[in-house]
Amino acid sequence: MDPIGLLFYLVAFLIFGGIYAILCLALNVQWGFGGLFNAGIAGFFAVGAYTSALLTAQPSETHVGGFELPVPLGILAAAMTAGITGWAVARICIRLKSDYLAMASIGIAEILRMVIVNEDWLTNGSLGITNIPRPFDGLLEGRAADILYLVIVWLIVALVYLVCNRLYDSPWGRTLRAVRDNEDAARAVGKDVDAFRLQTFVIGAALMGVAGALSAHYFRFLSPEATEPLLITFLVWVMLMAGGSGNNKGAILGALSVWAIWSMTEIFANRLPAELATRSSYIRMLLIGLLLQFVLQKYRPGLLPELSRSPARRRW
Amino acid sequence: MIEFINFYLVPGLALGSIYALGAIGISMIFGILRFAHFAHGDVMTLGAYATLTAVWALGLHPLLALPVGIAFAILAALLVDRVFYKPLRELPTIYTVIASFGVALIFRSSVQLIWGSQNEVFIRGVQKPLVVFDLFRVSLLHVESIAIIVLSAIALHYFLSRTRTGRSMRSTWIIGASLAAVAGVLSGLDTNIHPNLGWNLILPMFAAAILGGIGKPMGALLGGMVIALVEELSSYPWITDEPLINPSYKTATAFFIMVVLLIFRPQGLLRGRLF
Repeated sequence: MDPIGLLFYLVAFLIFGGIYAILCLALNVQWGFGGLFNAGIAGFFAVGAYTSALLTAQPSETHVGGFELPVPLGILAAAMTAGITGWAVARICIRLKSDYLAMASIGIAEILRMVIVNEDWLTNGSLGITNIPRPFDGLLEGRAADILYLVIVWLIVALVYLVCNRLYDSPWGRTLRAVRDNEDAARAVGKDVDAFRLQTFVIGAALMGVAGALSAHYFRFLSPEATEPLLITFLVWVMLMAGGSGNNKGAILGALSVWAIWSMTEIFANRLPAELATRSSYIRMLLIGLLLQFVLQKYRPGLLPELSRSPARRRW
Repeated sequence: MIEFINFYLVPGLALGSIYALGAIGISMIFGILRFAHFAHGDVMTLGAYATLTAVWALGLHPLLALPVGIAFAILAALLVDRVFYKPLRELPTIYTVIASFGVALIFRSSVQLIWGSQNEVFIRGVQKPLVVFDLFRVSLLHVESIAIIVLSAIALHYFLSRTRTGRSMRSTWIIGASLAAVAGVLSGLDTNIHPNLGWNLILPMFAAAILGGIGKPMGALLGGMVIALVEELSSYPWITDEPLINPSYKTATAFFIMVVLLIFRPQGLLRGRLF
């Protein structure tokens, strides 16, 4: 492969790696900070992606809108709609065992998929939405625009990371960890456990919506395939588990390393004959499933384990 | 009225049998091992494919080849319990739930690897419907499904109430996996067999288990019937000539029942356990 081609492969890899990093940070807020099990990441991702796409795309006969709003507004709206969806899901089952939250979140993700595929007037069904702009469109052409987008994505990753770190170290974050680690004790000292959990779930869902929006703007096209549960929900769980739940740096590292494994096996598989190539994609899924089991059993703290720092030694 | 029975009620009960067979296992596993088993649908898929292989190899009718599928599903369930769930038993059960997600993926990709991802059918050609009094036209399979769920219910009731082994962890897996394999084969007979067969049924089965009350096998059976009937009847033209709910949203009805239950009566109809 020529160096230029390699460079742009790397750019594409890092753009999507950044989007996964945001998803992973978002899941870390829900699971790592709050101990909440979200099995419907793809659903919140899809809500964000469709919200931002419909608000910013050029007007079209085939779906609602587009409204040609500026991209940052679309991304903000994506965070809001995904957050509201998360609020609705969490509201229903936050007081129950986390298993119920898993069922409800997977349920809402499936129903959203159904709506996206069936309601042609809203989303143009399986044909999808085209002409979705990127921020600063027209400023740069062709491949240079990809580099600009890479910078934008990673600026947002940095912002999300800072916010997550701040949340983790704040009194709010400490209470949340108390809720996660000993619910009864947190309740006994007068913390409103359900309210904390609800807030956590909403913040995580909103961030997932942002990731969805970024992916729609990156591809400039959005169809139901982009919200495949396997590629979103499952992969992000493996990323966070491997990277280190509860550690924001670990979440980003996990996202990048699992995404690297995933992408590299894809390059390898693409060089195989067609018949073997389809088989190898199943082997890859099988291996990812086994990797999750390995991490769960033998490597639970992950690459960068959560630091349980005592408050006295914390600097900020 | 006859049309209602032929096209909505009987297919509803047959679908209910599939949900019920899956939900019984989910409910028992949740009740005894304390976790929502997200790979249960994929145990169904495995049972269906193993039965299919026996049908190919031995030329038997799928229902006669069922023991092969059941045995395979039991083996698979006991194996993953041993290898993947048991090591996590000391941790909060949510870790086992996550592991069961991974197992679902492992099962599904193994099926795709071994059998491929194309649709398969048990029996080729169109089956003639059963005609009674020139009025009732129902598919033989639907009658068989309903018969199977009745027989399973009687056997299960006897087993759980008269024997001591009924409530152990191992027998929970054996019962759950056997019934799942039967459900998988019935579902495969009704339409076709594909790697997502069981995964696509997981939501209505969870809804059925919650509706019946977690840890109540007979409740899960009832829940499966109710969910399937609501699903089928939701597309009946109750008010106008149009279906009440667009059939492509049929499966969403199960989810809405689940949501309503979680809000108002999370312990289910038969007062199951609530964790």
